[in-house]
Amino acid sequence: MPKNPKVKEEPEFWELRLYVAGQTPKSLAAFANLKKICEEHLQGKYTIEVIDLLKNPTLAKGDQILAIPTLVRKLPEPVRKIIGDLSNTERVLIGLDLRPDATRSRRSP
Amino acid sequence: MAKEKAATHQAQLQKCPTGIIGLDELTQGGLPRGRPTLVTGSAGSGKTLLAMEFLVKGATVYNEPGVFMAFEETADDLAKNVASLGFDLDSLTNNKKLAIDYVYIERSEIEETGEYDLEGLFIRLGHAIDSIHAKRVAIDTIEVLFGGLPNDAILRAELRRLFRWLKDKGVTAIITGERGENSLTRYGLEEYVADCVILLDHRIVDQISTRRLRIVKYRGSAHGTNEYPFLIDEEGLSVLPVTSVGLNYDVPKERISTGITRLDTMFDGKGFYKGSSILVSGTAGTGKSTLAAHFAEAACRKNRRCLYFAFEESPQQITRNMASVGIDLKPCLQKKLLMIRSMRPTFYGLEMHLLEMIKLIHAFDPGVVVMDPITNLITVGLPVDVKSMLTRVVDYLKSRQITTFFTSLTSPDGSLELTDIGVSSLMDAWIVLRDIEAEGERNRGLSIVKSRGMAHSNQVREYRLTAKGFYLEDVYLGPQGVLTGAARAAREAEEAQASAERADEIQRQKRQIERKRAITDAQVAALRAGYEAEAEELKKKIAEMEAREKAAALQRAKIASMRKADKEVDHAEKS
Repeated sequence: MPKNPKVKEEPEFWELRLYVAGQTPKSLAAFANLKKICEEHLQGKYTIEVIDLLKNPTLAKGDQILAIPTLVRKLPEPVRKIIGDLSNTERVLIGLDLRPDATRSRRSP
Repeated sequence: MAKEKAATHQAQLQKCPTGIIGLDELTQGGLPRGRPTLVTGSAGSGKTLLAMEFLVKGATVYNEPGVFMAFEETADDLAKNVASLGFDLDSLTNNKKLAIDYVYIERSEIEETGEYDLEGLFIRLGHAIDSIHAKRVAIDTIEVLFGGLPNDAILRAELRRLFRWLKDKGVTAIITGERGENSLTRYGLEEYVADCVILLDHRIVDQISTRRLRIVKYRGSAHGTNEYPFLIDEEGLSVLPVTSVGLNYDVPKERISTGITRLDTMFDGKGFYKGSSILVSGTAGTGKSTLAAHFAEAACRKNRRCLYFAFEESPQQITRNMASVGIDLKPCLQKKLLMIRSMRPTFYGLEMHLLEMIKLIHAFDPGVVVMDPITNLITVGLPVDVKSMLTRVVDYLKSRQITTFFTSLTSPDGSLELTDIGVSSLMDAWIVLRDIEAEGERNRGLSIVKSRGMAHSNQVREYRLTAKGFYLEDVYLGPQGVLTGAARAAREAEEAQASAERADEIQRQKRQIERKRAITDAQVAALRAGYEAEAEELKKKIAEMEAREKAAALQRAKIASMRKADKEVDHAEKS
């Protein structure tokens, strides 16, 4: 348990899902921000699936989506949700576990 | 004019019946249709249940499907929790009458990175509503969001939008909220939901808990403003508003016997009115229960069902004790015409008692109900609560035209006509039993204090509890009022003596008359004899005189013819 998970997660793959509701400015901004961050930090190790809840409303239930936009990190586990337009890069990196964050990474899920 | 009236009627707020017993009466039809209603209360006050019952009743009774958005319990937990109330959520869900969406939110799993809104929640709710064409929505408890999402400003803006959106959707919604320290809800939801606010409360007074409901606000509608007790039992929620029945029931003219002929006579010869409420008050040991048993037994003999609530004695004890005064309740019990329900008042709170009673009455459908004694209920609640409960009992029973017989124990030091609960104003007839202490004896007297709608006796009557039951004695009045006990017995003997004397006197007078008549008859006979003798004499004289006159006439005629002075014929004509 006290092992630093970061070491283990390094070679893993980031499976990301971005939930949006139509082409709103917030959604577009979120997608642009996400793309930028991923290119910078996760080049070649990620997929982004964009789900438009206006088209697939039933999918909201599965990932317990409330806020829009929400980025769900399906992999690596544990599942984490990042809400907002992802404009705060620092917090996105913490959310994606790309930045060591003392309080977060040690917490067991 | 008529048109105007119709228009205002049209403009009136449409109501959405909740199907919850009592609540619809209280709100005069239900919750505001197409608008959100806030239900707030502390933990365990029944908010979730109220919301769920609203949906279940909507789905099963009013054919209005509903969506339950749960923030606190999963769909499985919810189904299990309400199964004990007879709600089968699974089958409702399968039949597309109900949709449950469990919203899970955990702050530690969420990272906030800039602007967002709650469109996801809207989409989920909207999708659930559209998929089953829901007319009702319950959101329980949306305040969880405040704990789950860090940005209050966004949340508040989104909540405002949510309630507007619900209105636009035209669904009738219940939003639950946790009671705050100094506000209705912890996060001030009442700011957003302004149409109707219902407050639930769970209070413990003297170790007895009572749930209460109050409608804090109902825009555009009249409503009951008091706190109303409510219950949660295996049939769900029931609110018991005093006003739920109201003073508006049919009054039968039919009469029902008191079970004692002489007492019937005191009540205008026929006894109580059917469907009236009767109070018998008296100090300990005055025979209140005996009177009640007489009444019950008489009702059973007339094939009326009787429900006897005993707060002091067990059924066995009652039957035994009543047998000792010649009232045999066993056949009534065997024929299932009589049901004795014994309960200790302290077993439950007042409201539970009320519900117990009402449910039993519903099930047994009695013609008469006896409650013996109501004073014992005081041990459970405050006098004002007891009175309010009894008001509701009386209203309920009257609306069902059930004749009710209450007994009440009065304390010997207080005024005899003061009932502890002050319920006498609720009663149609009131009999007071009292001890009359005089000349070293303690005897019992009965009087009718009031009897609405009939001429009744004003006499205080002595009664005894005999082996044949309640016996009303003849009335003897003395200088100090009604004579009782030995004084009455003495007076009875006196009366008997006087009566015998009077009979003798009558006989003597009759004989006197006989004698007088005999004397008179004799006198009459003597007079008649005298008269007859005299008449004989006179008749003889008359005959003599006539004979003499005839002779004289002949003589005169002879002389005249001898003198040839006159014609014999002329003379004859003349005479």
